[in-house]
Amino acid sequence: MAGKFFAVVVVLITLAIAYCVIAHVWWMPVDISVHGPKIDHQIEETVLVAGLLFIAGQVVLAAFAFLYGGAQKKIKQIPGGAKPLVIFAFLLVGTEILALSFIGSKAWGAVYFAAPDPDSMRVDVQAGQFAYYFRYPGPDGKFGSIHPDRINEGTQNYFGIDTDHDPDAKDDIVTAELAIPVNKPVLLTLHSKDVGHSFYVRELRVQQDFVPGLNIPIHFTATQTGRFEIVCTQLCGLGHYNMKAYLSVLSQSDFDDWLKKQAAEQ
Amino acid sequence: MKTQFRIAALTLLLLLVAVAFMRSAPTVGASATGQIVGTVKLDGAAPHQKPIDMSKDPACAQAAGGAQVATENVVVGANGGLANVVVYISPGLTGNEAASASQPATIDQKGCKYVPHVVALNVGQHMTVLNSDKTAHNIHPQPSPTGGNAQWNKSQTVGAGPIDVAWTNEEVAIPVKCNIHPWMRGYIAVVKGPFGLSNDTGSFKLDNVPPGSYTLTAWQETYGTQTAKVTVAAGKPVTTDFTFKAK
Amino acid sequence: MQQTAAHAAVHHAPPQGFIRKYIFSVDHKVIGIQYTTLSLVSVFIGMALSWAMRIHIAWPDTHIPLLGWIAPSGAPGGLMTPEYYLSLMTMHGTIMAFFVLTAAPMAGFGNFILPIQVGAADMAFPRLNMASFWTTFVGFVLACATFFIPDGPPLSGWTAYAPLSAVGAVAGPGQGWGQNLWGLSIAVFCVASLLGSLNFIVTTLDLRTKGMTLSRLPLSTWAWFINAWVSLLAFAVLLPTCLLLVLDRLGGTSFFIPSGLVINDQLQPHSGGSPLLFQHLFWFFGHPEVYIIILPAFGIVSHILPTFIRKPLVGGWKAITWAMVAVGTLSFVVWGHHMFVSGMSPFMAMVFSVPTLFITIPSVIAVLIWVFSLYRANIRFDTPMLFSLGFISLFISGGIGGFFLAQPSTDSYLHATSFVVGHFHFTMGLSAIFAALAGFYYWYPKMFGRMMNETLGKLHFWLSFPLVYAVFMTMHLTGFAGAVRRYSALVDDFMVPLLGVNKFISICALLLGATQFIFLFNAIWSRFKGPKAPDNPWQATTLEWDTTSPPPFDNFGGRQVTVYHGPMEYDGDASVMQTSPAPSIAGT
Repeated sequence: MAGKFFAVVVVLITLAIAYCVIAHVWWMPVDISVHGPKIDHQIEETVLVAGLLFIAGQVVLAAFAFLYGGAQKKIKQIPGGAKPLVIFAFLLVGTEILALSFIGSKAWGAVYFAAPDPDSMRVDVQAGQFAYYFRYPGPDGKFGSIHPDRINEGTQNYFGIDTDHDPDAKDDIVTAELAIPVNKPVLLTLHSKDVGHSFYVRELRVQQDFVPGLNIPIHFTATQTGRFEIVCTQLCGLGHYNMKAYLSVLSQSDFDDWLKKQAAEQ
Repeated sequence: MKTQFRIAALTLLLLLVAVAFMRSAPTVGASATGQIVGTVKLDGAAPHQKPIDMSKDPACAQAAGGAQVATENVVVGANGGLANVVVYISPGLTGNEAASASQPATIDQKGCKYVPHVVALNVGQHMTVLNSDKTAHNIHPQPSPTGGNAQWNKSQTVGAGPIDVAWTNEEVAIPVKCNIHPWMRGYIAVVKGPFGLSNDTGSFKLDNVPPGSYTLTAWQETYGTQTAKVTVAAGKPVTTDFTFKAK
Repeated sequence: MQQTAAHAAVHHAPPQGFIRKYIFSVDHKVIGIQYTTLSLVSVFIGMALSWAMRIHIAWPDTHIPLLGWIAPSGAPGGLMTPEYYLSLMTMHGTIMAFFVLTAAPMAGFGNFILPIQVGAADMAFPRLNMASFWTTFVGFVLACATFFIPDGPPLSGWTAYAPLSAVGAVAGPGQGWGQNLWGLSIAVFCVASLLGSLNFIVTTLDLRTKGMTLSRLPLSTWAWFINAWVSLLAFAVLLPTCLLLVLDRLGGTSFFIPSGLVINDQLQPHSGGSPLLFQHLFWFFGHPEVYIIILPAFGIVSHILPTFIRKPLVGGWKAITWAMVAVGTLSFVVWGHHMFVSGMSPFMAMVFSVPTLFITIPSVIAVLIWVFSLYRANIRFDTPMLFSLGFISLFISGGIGGFFLAQPSTDSYLHATSFVVGHFHFTMGLSAIFAALAGFYYWYPKMFGRMMNETLGKLHFWLSFPLVYAVFMTMHLTGFAGAVRRYSALVDDFMVPLLGVNKFISICALLLGATQFIFLFNAIWSRFKGPKAPDNPWQATTLEWDTTSPPPFDNFGGRQVTVYHGPMEYDGDASVMQTSPAPSIAGT
């Protein structure tokens, strides 16, 4: 009786989970990046492979619990002992693993092993407890030097640039929002002011930690306009839950207007 | 006859008591203390106050109701009046913690700004910190490490009660920031004795100043301090003005 | 190796007096019960922390009076501040991972059972064993002390990443002396664990009784033995890591802190350190740690299954043991999968991904062995068996989630979401707990001489099993929807729509917690009122069942036990004890 009940419970749970996954009851948001489809495809492949193993494992467990409770006529082992199980594990799982790794490396490579487009728009991103600030190089295309001892949040000099004496810094545009033009390659350089943080935009399929002491490049091209959350996913202190900014993907003309307006406010 | 005498004696007694009472009252009206009034001006153009983008916390942006919020490092009103200047009596005044010490000063976190941007209060006077926003704040005053005031850091979540503190040492001024919203800045000026805070026309007033000669200091967060000598007589306000030069 | 000089050293005189018998005892059985008791206390503390967290997530305006009393600044008026939520989260992870999951299945049951299973009178180094328990206890006291200091417990997570954990109190509330105490507590725990590992290894190699060849060792003993090696190598790295962290905080060093950091408007005086170094050191320990937690579970379930399926495991002792050796060995070369998006070289990410996926193979072999051993068995569904079956189901589910996190491309979306939280709660959390509960219900009669109540045990299982899925599988799903972990409040655009499902998770978690009191009541009540236990209530075959319940002081009452059989000679109702001179059952 207990075995049959266990089997029913396991099968019901398995069906509920399978339904939620297949019907995408809770699922990823729309993908808005050029490399996104590769990652989404990899996730779908993994759902299929892992999902089949999951269902098979739970169903077989349930079936045996259902069938073999109590005293049977004769105890028997599966033919061949452990050997067929070991071979199955190596062959089936091994092949799946190799396939996933091979195809998955292309998805990963699209994000990290491809060189950024040389015409990428560059933005400097600083994460600090508990906000992000973004810096555009301005018409001279150069970023002013960062002086940590000059950082003054009260006057909104978040990057510690010296606009009085550093010619490169004079036209830097510092914003609290990351606006980018649609369908144009963007190269971000991530650095942290204080502790570890992370840059995560679900729709972009991009997640990259900020490491204090390192300047980490990530690049992508957004394919749809809209307003998307950038959130911190690396525990950084009490305000971690409230650390975010917005990514605005705009048409080229809207972006140009925006940048002009921001420059006027510096 | 005897009754009339008793009434007269009683009236005289009451009169004497009233006079004695009046004489022993502390600062009553202008007859015992003086007043310092004046205006603080900025000579030159105020530096551009950059608008603050609060989009990281929609509760902040909502509270502002669409109005543009900017930094308040230099707030200049009409006629060049400089606001948020703390004017106080520098060493020279002994005793007489002002009567205002009984009322707590208030600082509110509203629209993800400190309201008021600068609060002035006396040593030992209570300060109440409120959170009127629909988001948590983490109030963090940063007194000088050698000044004697304790540094602390407290979170105030939505619906949390007020925080009550008092400061033990004079310090002009303690910067205060919010650990969660990096653009928030305010100042707490802790002084001994009478003080004034200039409003948006630049005018300030120090009440209940005992007669005497003093050094008056005016402090502004960007431009620092200026001093002036002043003599206060009882009953009459004395005027001192300050002018800060824009860099 | 048969009788050695060490054997003689283990036979010591029976203790006199309450203190020597129950407090500072060198008897492995008392020490095993002490560890198990410490873990029981810890698991209820750890659960209580999680209840406070889940209540705050679902109903953030709740005032929790007890919390306000313990932490007037962390939770003024009982209203939890963001930093206190993170502190509770940090201590939940720390207490559960170390004082429950690393302690109970290994040090708790292992200490009580292993010497008896190999036929010894005690562990090889009884005084060292006593020292390792009391050292663990000191670690526990240090961890609990963090709740009562003004700055409160640390908030950097059980993973304590630098520089947040390394720069000191300037990093904000929760990073004061609590982090120092944390580092010291874990360092002390490491020492205790290393001492324990020595005992397990030497006892298994040197103190086996006559006839107990390695091929006849029960699978639980194999698991504890393999695990002791993994522990030795892993905790040996965690110990200096904690000390380096404390040095950065108190000693002015900069192992993990680079230059140029501005925290709370102050330029930090450190330079030259690397935050990634901390992560490598931590995870070099941290990944084997999850296998340190799960290997004893593998052993306990592999040991219990034959008793209740009345047949040996498929492949005998060799297949499952080699699977455990493979898992333990591979666990040392996969740590980088915690660091795919950490700033570590993306090429190294691919390098770590391959063995991470390959470790699936021995795990799958183990699962297949357990599942296919059920084929044509005579299954008895007593409580230990129910929890063993539950373990298998939970481990399959948890392991499947691993496929998504083992590949950098898919992990780049799921990293730091609630998917990860669901995954590790299934694998190192609830699977290990279910196996530990199976072991508890199985060995309770031997340890305490009483039977636990079967009805309450079954109720405990049937309520817990679906609730575990309800709480932690749902987290896998919300992770796909972009729910980020370690958030003290759900205020983001993505998090707000998930408030409803999070309330569901919280309600199920509180129900799951309440259910555990059935178990606690059963464990305490049965100790005094349970029916007296026979020597071998489950008709099992290994050496612990060939002595009284509970065993006498020297385990076998002065008898010389000789082993003639392997540990799994079962055939339906028939079975042959390891110590029985009777012939083996054909085919077992």
